[in-house]
Amino acid sequence: MIEFENVVKRFGRKEVLSGVSFTVAKGEVVALLGPSGTGKSVLLKHVVGLLAPTSGSVTVAPDAHVGYLFQGGALLAWLTVWENVALPLRETTDLSEAEIARRVDDALAAVELTESADKYPAEISGGMVKRAGLARAVVCQADVVLYDEPTSGLDPVTSATIHRLIKRLNATRGITSVVVTHDVLGALSFADRILMLKDGRVLADAKPADFVKSVVPEVREFIASAKGEDL
Amino acid sequence: MRITREPIYADEPRGVLDAVRRHVVSYLARVGRCVRLAAEALAYAPYVLAHRDSRRTMIAQLYVTGIRTLPVITVVGVFTGMIMGLQVGLALRRFSQEAYLGATVMLTLVREMGPFVTGICLSACVGSAMAAELGTMTVNDEVAALEIMHIPPVRYLVAPRLAALVAMSPLLAFYACVLGVMGGGLVGYTQLNVDFSQYMASAMSMATVKDVYVGLFKATVFGLVIGAVSCHEGFKSTLGAVGVGRATQRSVIVSFLLILTLGYVITRLFYLDFLP
Repeated sequence: MIEFENVVKRFGRKEVLSGVSFTVAKGEVVALLGPSGTGKSVLLKHVVGLLAPTSGSVTVAPDAHVGYLFQGGALLAWLTVWENVALPLRETTDLSEAEIARRVDDALAAVELTESADKYPAEISGGMVKRAGLARAVVCQADVVLYDEPTSGLDPVTSATIHRLIKRLNATRGITSVVVTHDVLGALSFADRILMLKDGRVLADAKPADFVKSVVPEVREFIASAKGEDL
Repeated sequence: MRITREPIYADEPRGVLDAVRRHVVSYLARVGRCVRLAAEALAYAPYVLAHRDSRRTMIAQLYVTGIRTLPVITVVGVFTGMIMGLQVGLALRRFSQEAYLGATVMLTLVREMGPFVTGICLSACVGSAMAAELGTMTVNDEVAALEIMHIPPVRYLVAPRLAALVAMSPLLAFYACVLGVMGGGLVGYTQLNVDFSQYMASAMSMATVKDVYVGLFKATVFGLVIGAVSCHEGFKSTLGAVGVGRATQRSVIVSFLLILTLGYVITRLFYLDFLP
């Protein structure tokens, strides 16, 4: 579905990605872990064309609909939650209002946000904003959803809700997901595969069960710090 | 037109000349991008009129541009006319030519000051708010989100705003001219002993239809410039709140400078036959 081949990205003299290669298969949930500033979000922006690689290539399946959940939700302040979710359908399709309403209601139900449909983004919590952003990302029947730190700034209970939603959308709609996160324990719960980036390189690429057994010192340190343990 | 751009990193300039060259190139590139943004937004005008949601946005912008600036335009219009009436009246009195006060105030307002003060007010009140709004949306990834959803930000955000400014600017300029002429007449009557009906007769005798058209054309161009510059600067915002502040400031400065220079250019073009 998504293929990174030896991707190098430089901003001025600073090299953020140094030859990153990996693939994401259809229906897979991949978590991208790593310390801040290692290029995780930069990597995600390459998939939707917001950034272009300095060298190497990023290939996305040509018929794939890609949705993107930004860190802050990126909802439009003057529209209600319902109108925000309906926005891509109203602006890019010729669907009837009845069909748009049906799809928006479905998407809001999928993220458990039906009761807040008439509220404005400023009237709901950070977790609800992210769920609304997720509903907007999937309402156009997305095949792939990219999550940029979907749980940053959220309490553990709300974070767990978001993780459950990622897993549920993958199970019920077959949505391929790439999730940038710092939450190691959360990633272990929802991901099919975990990639760890450090200094612009893929340090580890493993299934959760193998990831926790990794012998790479940086990975062990990252897992230990997430668990609040000393090595 | 792609709005979300990669950051551009340039090496340090090699000397003063290189720095000046880069500033000139950068300024011309900025003007070019503004022109392109305006052209693309105008091309979307039929879409804005035909599409219900865009029409709603445009009506909201018409309200913001036209109705919410009325108090400011009213005060500025009246006092511009009063100041001109007083200054010109005092000068004319020295030559016992107070009878021409109305004509002088009317011509100056219709040809220059009406569109000019309207442009300045719109730039300060509406353009700056537009730059701040779009700047905040840019740094909060809302503009990038629109592009990812395949909704052109120029069509969705710029076209309704630009259409509202282009529609409202000449109307507000006309309103400012009317109030300015009244203000000048008030000063003439109360402080210079100029009969109001004589003042109005003088005012109406000198202004031609061409003056009105040129004044309204000028105001329309100013509306277009303010909209394009403000939206462009907003979209170029980076670095969070600081960047939004800078974009807002830049939008006002660039709009002021363009209003002044374009005001001269338009006058020169339309009144060429009166010049040596």
